[in-house]
Amino acid sequence: MSSGIDTLRLTAEEALALVDSGEVSSAELWQAYRDAINEHDGELHAFLTLVDEPEGNGIPIALKDVISTRGVRTTAASKILENYVPVFDATVAAKCRAAGMTLLGKTNTDEFAMGSSTENSAYGPTHNPWDLTRVPGGSGGGSAAAVSAGLAPWALGSDTGGSVKLPSAFCGNVGLRPTYGTVSRFGVVAFASSLDQVGPVTKNVRDNALLYRIISGRDENDSTTVDVPPVALPEGTDLKGLRIGLPRQLNEVEGIEPGVKAACEAALAKAEELGATVEECDLPLSVEYGLACYYLVAPAEASSNLARYDGVRYGLRSEGADFREMVMHTRHDGFGDEVKRRIMLGTYALSSGYYDAFYASAQKVRTVIKREHDALFERFDVLVSPTCATTAFPLGAKSQDPLAMYLTDVLTIPANMAGLPGLSIPCGLSEGLPVGLQIVGPQFSESTLYRLGHALEQAIGFDVVPERLR
Amino acid sequence: MSITWEPVIGLEIHVQLKTETKMFCRCRNGFGGDPNTQTCPVCLAFPGALPVPNRRAIEETIKLGLALECSIADRAVFHRKNYFYPDLPKAYQISQYDEPLCADGRLVVPTADGEVEIGIVRAHLEEDAAKNVHVAASGRIHGATATLVDFNRGGSPLVEIVTAPNIHSSDVAKRFLQLLRQTVVELGLSEAELDKGSMRFDVNVSVRPLGSDELRTRTELKNMNSFNFAAKGIEREIARQIKIYENGGTVDQETLHFDPTAEESAPMRSKEEAQDYRYFPEPDLVPVHPAPEVIEALRSQIGELPTARIRRIANTLSFYDADVLVTGGLDRLWAAVVDGGADPKEAANVLANSFVASGIDPDAVNPAELTKLVIARSEIPRGVFDEALAKVGEPGFSADPYTAQKAVSDASALEPIIAAIIEANPGQVEQYRGGKQGLLGFFVGQVMKETGGTADARVVSELVREQLGA
Repeated sequence: MSSGIDTLRLTAEEALALVDSGEVSSAELWQAYRDAINEHDGELHAFLTLVDEPEGNGIPIALKDVISTRGVRTTAASKILENYVPVFDATVAAKCRAAGMTLLGKTNTDEFAMGSSTENSAYGPTHNPWDLTRVPGGSGGGSAAAVSAGLAPWALGSDTGGSVKLPSAFCGNVGLRPTYGTVSRFGVVAFASSLDQVGPVTKNVRDNALLYRIISGRDENDSTTVDVPPVALPEGTDLKGLRIGLPRQLNEVEGIEPGVKAACEAALAKAEELGATVEECDLPLSVEYGLACYYLVAPAEASSNLARYDGVRYGLRSEGADFREMVMHTRHDGFGDEVKRRIMLGTYALSSGYYDAFYASAQKVRTVIKREHDALFERFDVLVSPTCATTAFPLGAKSQDPLAMYLTDVLTIPANMAGLPGLSIPCGLSEGLPVGLQIVGPQFSESTLYRLGHALEQAIGFDVVPERLR
Repeated sequence: MSITWEPVIGLEIHVQLKTETKMFCRCRNGFGGDPNTQTCPVCLAFPGALPVPNRRAIEETIKLGLALECSIADRAVFHRKNYFYPDLPKAYQISQYDEPLCADGRLVVPTADGEVEIGIVRAHLEEDAAKNVHVAASGRIHGATATLVDFNRGGSPLVEIVTAPNIHSSDVAKRFLQLLRQTVVELGLSEAELDKGSMRFDVNVSVRPLGSDELRTRTELKNMNSFNFAAKGIEREIARQIKIYENGGTVDQETLHFDPTAEESAPMRSKEEAQDYRYFPEPDLVPVHPAPEVIEALRSQIGELPTARIRRIANTLSFYDADVLVTGGLDRLWAAVVDGGADPKEAANVLANSFVASGIDPDAVNPAELTKLVIARSEIPRGVFDEALAKVGEPGFSADPYTAQKAVSDASALEPIIAAIIEANPGQVEQYRGGKQGLLGFFVGQVMKETGGTADARVVSELVREQLGA
């Protein structure tokens, strides 16, 4: 803290103002965060790789280690990419670079972003800054923990089934999973192409909107991207006319913690006070089938996306008598259990004779999920629920039970399957741990999500700094 | 009672498009670079790299589809075809599966016995694999000790054309391939050179009793890099299968590697081990919707196609000449020479025989000069004509110095030479007079030799006959 910069509380917007006014230099700011990393990352393990000589004249950022960074090791938290140094920047990394941002380092994640706790990292788990015995959520636990503990003013994550939203909820951050197709996936180590989307992890809603502005937009290197008008920076707290739907199946999900339910209900009461209308509604098929459908589509795409790690061109190569054996040994040695499990699941779902029953059916159900959401958006501007039924769970609690781990994402997955944007904001504490409120809207409704998120943020007055660090 | 067997042949042809850049990246497409110099993160399948389709390649495939009277899809989809091989960096090939760009076409093949219509099941677009270089003395897969991969070719655009199994002779198969090649070359899509691999094909062969409509087990022939080898390989395979059936055996479904120097084609792999390619729609790309106006613009670029020209020219010349001229790409030059005043048959003879053998590029020839040569052909010495024809493709070539060298037809000049030769060969004279008329050529040849090829062979022939008859 020698520089007098309180990285725990400084927002990115404030940091930008400091640098723009010349009050603090870009290098001083970066050093302040680097000092915080040096002080706290030993116990958190939010970072996999640190940058020692940053380029740029703006404010710092941390990037999830699935985002390719030219000249900076990018492992996807896998042994198979342990020494892989990209020769090119992911489009989002290039956009951050073009905006002058200085890179602090690459953050921990579940291996290839497959997991909900960051315990599947080949390099060891990240700890939750609110309680070091608990997980930060996943897969982007490193980015969330770093922002929460003041090791970075903001960060990027990637969200396939909830990997931005869930860790943001567990660590008390604001996390956006953008509309599918608004942020380029070029250079982002692929997990499930039709679901992956990079999103900002920040201390507050305005920071989130600022970062989303920078990273979004059509990229000629990603055929699935579209152009979107710049998102509006939220101002004020007026919610008059905003119609909020509360899907029963999400808000009354089995196993919901009383503290989580209470925090969400309190937030909704504030929304009503600010002029919004709140009404219950139903999303039966999306919640019943969303998770199952996700665990066919995502592993299927993953099984194909991860086939390129064969030891031929880069990354780990294990010896073998011939090509086939070399590939088998490389993949055996290089991938962790969860990655192997999903590759097998996905290979099976795509196999001849099973394709129609599994992958093709799942894609049809996906259309049903999308239509069910679309129908609700004729009556509501946004749908609100907890981001997760629980707060952060203890390390190891679910690591031996894949199904219990998969169920962690049951509330975030339906909107993801429909390609919809979702914002998680902290809405209070349950037994001392942050509770996330998920706000989902129609495609390209990020401005609306930010409007509600910002208003609630002001009304709730949640303190984003973990109690043990205050 | 012996059965008459009918061959059933289907063809699968791959044509490499000569676009500026590769199918899904901006690397230069084409031969000639040092190994692995025409590569980038996309065609080397680095983590996070994404494909972007080449618009030109899509248009050229549509153009070929139109030339083959295919229907062009309103919506075409790229699929992933998954398998591990060192020349396939992503471990999947982006290809097309059940929604190809072009389907249900035909190519009419004129033959000496009339026209045969060959159905085109589909023509689709995909990316080529890289090139494996097996390091071993023989250069063949068997016995190789190491494999090197050159990724320059990897990701080149490749059109795959699949015919219906309604070809019933090796001759029609060969003519189809020649005609298709000429069509592709004329449309400007590819050089379609068999020896460079820019056109490759596999042949499926089965036989059945004539009159039956069953489809028996087929074998696949690979590695035939000339049209004559294709015909030879098909003939050989038909004979092999008939022999098996006539001995009461069954044909195994297998892939055969054609070796022109061996008596039999060696089995490469059995189809029982056929791979499950786990096709699924490529989630990194969006469906292609060709605009009707683009299709019409492409249609308007297609001139009179080879089949139609063979049909038209066969009205003037024999089918054989028409076929050679058109599939040899010589008919436009022929038409120009005929327009210049040359005799059509004479012009065809020169082009289909001497000119083809010379290997001169028809486009390099000034038709007016060639016309002069063809017209003067009977009046100038054979040697002079051959010399002139060999140079007809050189820049600035003029026929005049050659056509000025009229052959010696003056009897008073030739008769003493003839008399001397008769006198010098009493034995042959006796045989000739004894009825061995074929020796006339011997005497004519001797005279031509004596005159250094400047004599008019027709006149010499008459004079020799006259003198020997005396």
